[in-house]
Amino acid sequence: MIPELGSFSLILALCLSVILGTLPLVGAQTKNLLWMNLARPLAAGVFVFTGIALAILAYAFVVDDFSVQFVAQHSNSLLPTRYKLTAVWGGHEGSFLVWTFMLTAWTLAVGVYSKSMPLSFVSRVLGVLGLLTAAYILFMLGTSNPFDRVIPLPPADGADLNSALQDIGFIVHPPTLYMGYVGFSVVFAFAIAALLSGRLDAAWARWSRPWANVAWAILTIGIALGSWWAYYELGWGGWWAWDPVENPPLITWLFGTALVHSLAVTEKRGVFKSWTVLLAILAFAGSLLGTFITRSGLLTSVHAFASDPTRGVFILAILGFFIGGALLLYALRAPLMKSDVGFGLLSREIFLLANNVILVVAAASIFLGTLFPMVYQALTDDLISIGPPYFNAIFVPLMIILVVFLGVGPLSRWKRTSQAYLVQQLSKVAVASVVLGVVIPLLIMLQISIAATVAVMLASWIVLSIGKDVANRTANKSDRLSGLRGLTYSYYGMQLAHFGIAVMLIGVALTSYFAMEKSVLLAPGQSTELGEYSFTLNGSSDIRGPNFVGDRAEIVVLNNGEPVATLYPERRVYLASGTPSTEMAIDAGFLRDLFITLGEQKESGSWSMTLYIKPFVRWIWLGAIFMAFGGTLAAADKRYRRLRQRRSVSAEQQQSVTAGTQVTPVS
Amino acid sequence: MQRWKAFVPLLAFVALAVLLWRGLYLDPKELPSMLIDKPMPAFALTTVEGKEVSNADLPDGMFLLNVWGSYCLPCLVEHPTFMRLAEEGEIPVVGVNYRDRKDLALRWLDDNGDPFAFSILDESGRFGIDLGVYGAPETYLVDANGVIRYRHVSVLDENVWREEFLPAIAELQAEGSE
Repeated sequence: MIPELGSFSLILALCLSVILGTLPLVGAQTKNLLWMNLARPLAAGVFVFTGIALAILAYAFVVDDFSVQFVAQHSNSLLPTRYKLTAVWGGHEGSFLVWTFMLTAWTLAVGVYSKSMPLSFVSRVLGVLGLLTAAYILFMLGTSNPFDRVIPLPPADGADLNSALQDIGFIVHPPTLYMGYVGFSVVFAFAIAALLSGRLDAAWARWSRPWANVAWAILTIGIALGSWWAYYELGWGGWWAWDPVENPPLITWLFGTALVHSLAVTEKRGVFKSWTVLLAILAFAGSLLGTFITRSGLLTSVHAFASDPTRGVFILAILGFFIGGALLLYALRAPLMKSDVGFGLLSREIFLLANNVILVVAAASIFLGTLFPMVYQALTDDLISIGPPYFNAIFVPLMIILVVFLGVGPLSRWKRTSQAYLVQQLSKVAVASVVLGVVIPLLIMLQISIAATVAVMLASWIVLSIGKDVANRTANKSDRLSGLRGLTYSYYGMQLAHFGIAVMLIGVALTSYFAMEKSVLLAPGQSTELGEYSFTLNGSSDIRGPNFVGDRAEIVVLNNGEPVATLYPERRVYLASGTPSTEMAIDAGFLRDLFITLGEQKESGSWSMTLYIKPFVRWIWLGAIFMAFGGTLAAADKRYRRLRQRRSVSAEQQQSVTAGTQVTPVS
Repeated sequence: MQRWKAFVPLLAFVALAVLLWRGLYLDPKELPSMLIDKPMPAFALTTVEGKEVSNADLPDGMFLLNVWGSYCLPCLVEHPTFMRLAEEGEIPVVGVNYRDRKDLALRWLDDNGDPFAFSILDESGRFGIDLGVYGAPETYLVDANGVIRYRHVSVLDENVWREEFLPAIAELQAEGSE
């Protein structure tokens, strides 16, 4: 009975979202205030009913209702409760429900935090989001209802959650990724609303910017979490594999990064308008494509937990309707957009344009590499496969050029910068970067490697040019501190995000080139050396978890006789599915990670294992945290808040006077 | 902006959508018909242990050709089935270590057990391309004449073994005895 209430709740949400996707949009076009005013309450209604459905699904997991097929496939009575809850997004149906719920949450947030915008604009934004929600719920009810029952004979117990997913990383990674993905739907809705209203001006860019920044920040964290999860759970110590399912988030992220920068130009200078709109559409297309790829079985990979071609057709239809429709609208409206101001060949506009072009080329290349095997097969019936060498060969040089521009961009001026000025500003920075690039890797790793030198050089280039820029901006103030206080949040946000790139760059380069690993066979009491560390196997014991059995080894790590850590890698067999799994043990550190994966026990009683030292690997994720924090800080800039307060008063007065109807604020 | 230029993104998208739509109806689990009932492509490579191997080293009777890699999580799932087949001597299994690193492959075999008569080391993926490999794991059934008779993409667990491979093998045996 209760699961049926879930379906029912979804149907109600569908009805409400269909109304949300039609009346406010029509109302905005025909200036019908009553219909426009429906948008906010409807958004709240859709949110509530989708939320109820999600809560009911979670409840079905907690009480082990194996008559629900989705629960039976992804849970087990022995599964700890926290994993039962996260199993909600352990499969296709449930993750789609979570996805849709997040979309409704974003929609509600737009409804609440949009007091500064004209009602017609808000109605259009919410209307577009309502259409999107309707499409998703329809998809769910039509092809993948998470509340479907196993009738007439429900299984006695569930099949269990994939063991790789029974983990803290999996608890947080997918929801964060979806949250970021879905955030770009909001920016997309803003772009469509602007195209519909024909009002593509700086105001539109100012309204979208905080949303784009927040979505971008969350997506950054989502991708970083995925990388972290792969690093410690999948067991080969890699943090990025160019997997067909990892690529779409990255493509979205690259488009999103371009968008965040392009929006800045549109807001400040009123140029690149049509380009910015196109990027908003592309970023959203990237997120939809991500869904399409994972859910259609178009590309098979480690990640493809669910695949079914009929779903593919449905998602393709959604993709066709929204992206095709958006691009058609773009084609009709874009020629009407005019830029009123010009800019010189050396100007901040040009550097941001270069940033955009590089990011879009990078995204397009990854996209091609991801889809090419499929396209090639569609055209020729032959099969090929494209691996990491292709992606690295394209991505790495592009990012090097990007980082060079990154140093110059913030120091250059809008409209026109003289060459002499840039040379004067950056020549010392350039020389210092080269020196640091040579010296630092030598000091830290006691080795020379071209890749590490280049990476440290580029990172120094970023950090030093940030320092130079901050110094310039505070130079004329009476004292540095008040100068620093005078800088805006959005300025700090930008520099922090750029600093994050430098941190990540160091992590990526040093881990890739200075990692050490060694496979050994150790008997209890025996030890081995790797780098400056010695590893001693103390022994092993049997372990028994709630839903698995296995062995745990105890390994003591010493550095020059000083104890560093005791690590406990495990080998488990999950009872319900019989799947083996290795749980590696990690000693995480700011400058290096030590980690151990346990292999098999030989008849002699000794264990095979692999030891790894990964220098600076944490910096990869640390960099992502800086970036995300920067994006959030920029979205919190005073100018958005001030605007909100001032406009909200006048907007509401205006509404209630002209409408003569009760305005229902959702907050 | 000129009018026609604004339509470029739309046209590009339509072209892409058509390809995606067509892609949906390609079954990656079907080998292009040209390789089914054709002899196994010729190869002269080494095993992961470094021994030279070619078509002459393949088992005499019917055997399975399993494409695997140390990076491949699903391969771990199907691994117990191959271990059982090897232990019980039901059918020989030849491995193709696809786009992997030799040291990682050896360690994987060491950690998880080695059910393979030998594993062909295909670091470049060249042999995989000749074979039409879509990705690990994949398993081919090759008959006594060295002809590929059946292909299964993705995990081969006990169910797949019972429901797809046993009938296919029975069919081949019936054919052979005629």
